[in-house]
Amino acid sequence: MMDKYWKKSSRLWPLLTIAGFLAALVSSFAIPAAQEKVNQTPFRVVLAALTVIFLLRFVFGLFNEKLRVKVNHQAQLFFVVALMILAWDLLTTKTNTLLLPFFPGPAQILQVMVEDYKTLVISTFYSMRLLVIGFALGTVIGLTSGVLMGWFRQWSYWLFPAFKILGVIPATAWIPIAMICFPSSFMAEIFLIILSVWFPVAYMTSSGIANTQKSYFEAARTLGGGQLFLIFKVAIPAAMPSVFTGIYTATGISFATLVVSEMIGAKAGLGWYINWAKGWSNYAKVYASIVIMAIVFSIVMAIIFRIRDRVLIWQKGLLQ
Amino acid sequence: MTNEINLQSGEVRVDNVSRTYIDAHGSSVEALRDVSLTVKPGELVSLIGPSGCGKTTLMRLIAGLDHPQSGESYLDGEVITTTHYERGFVFQQSNLFPWETVYNNIAAGLKARKVYKQKKHEIAEYITLTGLEGFEKSYPHQISGGMAQRASLARALINDPKVLLLDEPLGALDAFTRMDLQDKILELWRHRKTTMILVTHDVDEAVYLSDRIIIMTPRPGKIESIIDVNLSRPRVRTDPEFLALRTEILERLHLVSSREAPEFYI
Repeated sequence: MMDKYWKKSSRLWPLLTIAGFLAALVSSFAIPAAQEKVNQTPFRVVLAALTVIFLLRFVFGLFNEKLRVKVNHQAQLFFVVALMILAWDLLTTKTNTLLLPFFPGPAQILQVMVEDYKTLVISTFYSMRLLVIGFALGTVIGLTSGVLMGWFRQWSYWLFPAFKILGVIPATAWIPIAMICFPSSFMAEIFLIILSVWFPVAYMTSSGIANTQKSYFEAARTLGGGQLFLIFKVAIPAAMPSVFTGIYTATGISFATLVVSEMIGAKAGLGWYINWAKGWSNYAKVYASIVIMAIVFSIVMAIIFRIRDRVLIWQKGLLQ
Repeated sequence: MTNEINLQSGEVRVDNVSRTYIDAHGSSVEALRDVSLTVKPGELVSLIGPSGCGKTTLMRLIAGLDHPQSGESYLDGEVITTTHYERGFVFQQSNLFPWETVYNNIAAGLKARKVYKQKKHEIAEYITLTGLEGFEKSYPHQISGGMAQRASLARALINDPKVLLLDEPLGALDAFTRMDLQDKILELWRHRKTTMILVTHDVDEAVYLSDRIIIMTPRPGKIESIIDVNLSRPRVRTDPEFLALRTEILERLHLVSSREAPEFYI
């Protein structure tokens, strides 16, 4: 089997990581900037903080084997990250080699994030509010319609054909129609996210139920279980692994729908922010918004995986 | 748990039952033809015979999981139309719900009958009875096959069925676990006097456990003969009488060519 850790007994790499970030910091001070308007302080603070963090991790790792293995494992990767930041800074802020305004340097992006943090925080909040409401409703509606289609023949007969045709249409295609049909752009966007989540969740729920081993239902029946018991205590739990595959797919689609619908129809949110910044040709703001999306969406993904591991604790392999 | 010995209830009667089904290749298979059988209250009866003789079909009909094309079966004189907790079923593969812990699997019967709140104190009793203490919080994939079958027994018995249908419950277990569980089944049976019908491939198991052994033959599935086992319990597998009976059944199943060579099977 493949060892989980890379270079776990390395001595050199963790030191090189620290050296890498230190080099980026030193070069930021030592080499004069070609882009004179850029405020380099936030960038320097971040580099200094990273250098200290990696130094502390290394020092604590000397006394803690578990941490040391982890630090060593990540050391080579972060060393390359440090070099890339250094190179990026050199190519932009320091030498003005890359074309502006399309490719700003790291210092400029961080500067924008600090200067415009209020708008960014509000935009993030708006996007998250949309995503959470839309995703929760979409999952509930998807689960319900999936159970109905997976369990009742007449529901499957009437709903499934419509579902098959409507489900393949990207939710974003409905944007123009949603904008007219709903009284506010907020509701229109919620609708679009629900739509994008509904299809994969409903599909995977109904196929999960359809693929449940018949013998579980037979066991439940010989125990005296009625229809409700069979649905809630057998069909739904048995379909849960499949449901989570649907939710996982829905997450990615819902991010796309969120950003696109905000870009086109909204007056707030990270997608709107990108579009608005583009209008001013302020590409540093575009990148700032992208960085925040990367962080926030990763957190959302991590939360969903946590929930999945909790719910599916009974599956082989997820539990030691 | 009700320990009262009620010899009046738990009579299973199968009356002229036939069942034909279409197999995966599209040809029709006569699983049962005109099968009649009465199992007395509190009796432990084994069904034995080669694959395809309709043992499992017969069990599924009694359970109400399947329906005959002609004939009826009865529990205490009432026609069997669908499943009921009074007819408990233990499957060959334990068939525990993998998403529930051992405790919740055993509780499932109570929940299915909506008597969980009133009767949940019984769960611990059944866990002790089947020797599953300490594994209440384990999930089915974390326990051994033998333990899973014990949990299955507990899950069916907690519903206090009038008849317990055991469809090759020990078929997938190793020899030692199997003998251990045979004793467990006997103990539970003696303790509760529930009518039990056991499907098995194992002649030894049938002779060791049963009051009567029903030998079935395939194509079409029907009862070949019924053998009374008049051996006192506990039975000893190496007893000459035990072995003689075992040989007789093997002969009837055409697994032994003549009476001259029983030693090979000792």
